[in-house]
Amino acid sequence: MFLQQLSLFLENKAGRLTEVTQTLSKHGINITAFSIADSEDFGILRMIVDQHNTALKALKEEHFVVHSTNVVGFIIPNQPGKLYDALQHLDKTTIDIEYLYAFAHNGDAAVIVKTNNDELTANILKENGYSLIEKHPFDPDEMPTE
Amino acid sequence: MIWNEHAECMERSSLVELQNQRLHEMVSRLYYNVPFYRKKFQEQGIEPNDIHSIDQLKELPLTTKQDLRDNYPFGLFAVSQREIIRLHASSGTTGKPTVGGYTRRDIEIWSEVVARSLYAAGVDHNDIVHVSYGYGLFTGGLGIHQGAQKIGATVIPASGGNTKKQLQIMHDFGSTVLACTPSYALYLADTMKEIGMNPEELKLRRGIFGAEPWTEEMRKEIEQKLHLKALDIYGLTEIIGPGVAMECEHQKGLHVFEDHFIPEIIDPLTLQPVAEGEIGELVITTVTKEGMPLLRYRTRDLTSMTTQKCACGRTTARLHKLMGRTDDMLIIRGVNVFPSQIESVLLEISETEPHYQLIVDRVNNLDVLEILVEVNESFFSDEIRQLESLSHKIKTAIESTLGISAKIRLVEPRTIERTEGKSKHVIDNRFH
Repeated sequence: MFLQQLSLFLENKAGRLTEVTQTLSKHGINITAFSIADSEDFGILRMIVDQHNTALKALKEEHFVVHSTNVVGFIIPNQPGKLYDALQHLDKTTIDIEYLYAFAHNGDAAVIVKTNNDELTANILKENGYSLIEKHPFDPDEMPTE
Repeated sequence: MIWNEHAECMERSSLVELQNQRLHEMVSRLYYNVPFYRKKFQEQGIEPNDIHSIDQLKELPLTTKQDLRDNYPFGLFAVSQREIIRLHASSGTTGKPTVGGYTRRDIEIWSEVVARSLYAAGVDHNDIVHVSYGYGLFTGGLGIHQGAQKIGATVIPASGGNTKKQLQIMHDFGSTVLACTPSYALYLADTMKEIGMNPEELKLRRGIFGAEPWTEEMRKEIEQKLHLKALDIYGLTEIIGPGVAMECEHQKGLHVFEDHFIPEIIDPLTLQPVAEGEIGELVITTVTKEGMPLLRYRTRDLTSMTTQKCACGRTTARLHKLMGRTDDMLIIRGVNVFPSQIESVLLEISETEPHYQLIVDRVNNLDVLEILVEVNESFFSDEIRQLESLSHKIKTAIESTLGISAKIRLVEPRTIERTEGKSKHVIDNRFH
């Protein structure tokens, strides 16, 4: 039901992001999407990569504070108003969005969302005809979930 | 267990009588053998025969670290160099090293008080004592070594450094007692986690930790991570080294071996004695020491003292766990702040590691305190809100404990420098 995302705690320190990308590069890992949330002193880097488990292990070995987080990924047409349509379904419920980002996906748009109730979010989207991204399309690590 | 029941469980009145007699003898030795003290006594009009009671201590001159520096290296020795069989020195981070000279009898007394300390911790000849204090000029390594040898324990003189190797030796040799600084104990625990060693694989049951102040919360963390009972030992090179005072298994304060060391607690500003139980600077008089006897030495360590009898049966005075040093004391916007207070606050917050650094600066003539805190890896959440509420929680806790506001900066684990000896907790940029 969920897509796996890498979440990293990063201090606001020169070169820290470079070190993350260097580690991923060394292991031939492709970043499909990422977003950075930052406060004054630290940031959280969230990434969808093609080899989730390999990336997780490699980053841990380099002593990064990294966790695997379940997020909901779903596809919308790459057209004006389509994100609005999708979010309207969530607004009718008690769901609060923690964060959201998006990337281009085969001519469509893929949306990654984290809410206070991910299971409910996924179910609502599914019921309303959205297709969920449950594994990375190119991840050799991941076996099909269903 | 009590190593020397006669000395450690003496009736208070007999103890005071012994102290009175030993103080009298010491003052004579100082007067006749140490020009520095003779001059001080003469200035105050004190004759050796005037001093018969420890109640008169407060009239006698204090000795400071500066006096030791001024008389560096051997100026305060009370015997000729022929009779000195060992020299130790403390690291001179703020100037010349502080020297300690020992006669044969001083070394015997030192071994005796460390033997008492180890017994107080429940350590005996069945134990394998792993000494990770540095060996060398530092008193930690050899001090514990001699005492452990005296009680007939099996000693592993591991000294400091090479942490992974130490863990392997502890594992293979079956060490039951670890003696090191508390920050090194935590460093060992971190390294164990890193190499995937489980504390259950070791046989450690007691820790003899000292040479730097540490808190109750740090004790809990060490006990939980290393699966041992952590006990506090106190000492300083100037006085003799480790073994001036030691916690018993009740962990209710450090018993001072008062037949050798007379403790007093004074107000560091007025220099007057404080009431029993009040916090102040620890002052020690070494009544039996021959090599370098010191009268009312200002340790710069902050603590309080009680003479109430302990459940272990010892009658000696107990010091509260050391609370920091008078010279660690930071005055921030007029408020006295001790790094140990901040450490206590952090240790009560489970989401953080007890590793921290204080950075003090002056911005527009106003003191600013910034506290770097390592986030606990298992707590990390990918929601900014949670991390911000953590930093807010720390800020509030610091404010309510210290009465000053501080800026909290969460940093990645393992980024604050660990030293294998004393940790560096304060960077004061105000006077540079």
